[in-house]
Amino acid sequence: MAHDAPTIAETLRRQGISRRGFLKFCATTASLMALPPSMVPAIAAALEKARRPSVIWLSFQECTGCTESLTRSHTPSIEGLILEQISLDYHHTLQAASGEAAEAAREAAMRENHGKYLLVVDGSIPLGNAGYSTIAGISNLDMLKETAAGAAAVIAVGSCAAYGGLPAALPNPTGAVPVSAIIKDKPVMNVPGCPPIPVVITGVLAHFLTFAALPELDDRGRPKVFYGESIHDRCYRRPFYDQGKFAETFDDEGARKGWCLFKLGCKGPVTYNACATTKWNQGVSFPIQSGHGCIGCSEPGFWDMGPLYKPLSMPIAPVQMMVGAAAAGGAIAGTAMAMRNRAAKKAAQAAHQKVTVDDLEKAK
Amino acid sequence: MTPLELLTWARGPGLSIALAICAFGILLRLFEIFSLGRKADLSKAREHSPGSGWRTILSRSLPPPGLMKRAPVTYIGGYVFHLGFAITLFFFVPHIELVRGLTGLSWPGLPTQVIDISAVAGLLALIAVLASRLSNPVKRLLSGFQDYLAWLLTFLPLATGYLAFHHLLIDYTLALALHILSVELLLVALPFTKLFHTVSVFVSRWYNGDIFGRKGVAS
Repeated sequence: MAHDAPTIAETLRRQGISRRGFLKFCATTASLMALPPSMVPAIAAALEKARRPSVIWLSFQECTGCTESLTRSHTPSIEGLILEQISLDYHHTLQAASGEAAEAAREAAMRENHGKYLLVVDGSIPLGNAGYSTIAGISNLDMLKETAAGAAAVIAVGSCAAYGGLPAALPNPTGAVPVSAIIKDKPVMNVPGCPPIPVVITGVLAHFLTFAALPELDDRGRPKVFYGESIHDRCYRRPFYDQGKFAETFDDEGARKGWCLFKLGCKGPVTYNACATTKWNQGVSFPIQSGHGCIGCSEPGFWDMGPLYKPLSMPIAPVQMMVGAAAAGGAIAGTAMAMRNRAAKKAAQAAHQKVTVDDLEKAK
Repeated sequence: MTPLELLTWARGPGLSIALAICAFGILLRLFEIFSLGRKADLSKAREHSPGSGWRTILSRSLPPPGLMKRAPVTYIGGYVFHLGFAITLFFFVPHIELVRGLTGLSWPGLPTQVIDISAVAGLLALIAVLASRLSNPVKRLLSGFQDYLAWLLTFLPLATGYLAFHHLLIDYTLALALHILSVELLLVALPFTKLFHTVSVFVSRWYNGDIFGRKGVAS
């Protein structure tokens, strides 16, 4: 990290952000991350002093949706500016350099900031065949291992990097795995979502700059502050679920009245994310508000979680054939049992010996 | 295996296996029971009692006089449990959705507050009847392993469903997976234990009513 680089506060001032605006951002970040208000000055002080951390962004088996989400989902905002304050030394989509020059930039950043840079990864890593996904002739696996070796921490952005995502969906032809399956000796934070919410990334970065550590993570490596509650529990349509009012189709009266989308396959009850609270596009809306159920995109293996438009309580696959066959089998087995019972009954009747009073008298 | 993977298994292969065993078992038992038959009653009916069997189905579903005094826990607990269980099972919207997914049939559900009350009532009634079974020496003597198993298999779906709905003790996804798995256990055991009464109860009541009608004790 170059010591003559301007601090974040200096850069923000140069870009016309007032002190008031900066403090507002610090307060918002503190509240977003469920930190007490007393932490706001600490965040402000840390961000003011912090110099631009070097960030290397590696993209593996992904669709660039995560980058699109971060860079295009809002007009330049204070979060966007903060994002610009990091020194993004390597990013396929955003960097101007290409070919050997790009790789040289990555190597230089790794050398100069060894042990201090943040490694952000989007996309999953194929283990099946190194040739499935390469960058400058280097396999994704080798590049991840090499770059992670000198990183302070690794942030797996998006469901592909966090859990394998779409490339890992059955039958997983490339043998795709998440970052956490490979990197075991560094702190790895998962920021799942397809794509994840931009403010989650900026909040996490602010936390890293302030405390020089990743925020508290849950058992799946996700920052608890953003992934602690289910969409269903924080959904503004939840009261309709409790009242038993549901949209049956996407254009019926219930849908127009904004009733619960559970029957249309909403996966909100089993999805942990901040969509219902932070929302998207600077708090404008989120999928459920737009009339479509949650598809559970921030959960591991969501592609294989069953049909998107079937309610959670419905069976995933058709069972009628199997149950019908089992019932027929039961009927056949029952008939066989009946025949056996009847045969036993007949045999018992045939074996029955009649005893008369005379016989009994004789027996005396 | 993550809780979500467990849930996906429970909603997929788990449910198919459980329903298949249940269907197989019910058909097997019904064929077996009906094929056993009864000895032809050659005597003349004492009383002409058309509909006695059908009336017995109703009359034996109502409390007999004096039961409240003799066995209040059985009386109240029995009714509260069966009603609470039935309301929870048939009128909670996700359950109706399951039936719709399996058969295409559906009907209006009840608000979750009503379901909540009926589930709690069912749970409390189950606990009360178990306490009574354990504390009453006669009931305890009459009880076998299967009775306690049937109790547990009925208690678990209600308890896990309650935990899942209220997000108590365990993560919702895991609670939902355990709830569905507990129902699958119930389905598997249903044809082969006393729980089979859910299928056979009205058949046996009709038979009792009819045969007693012929013998002169028409209901």
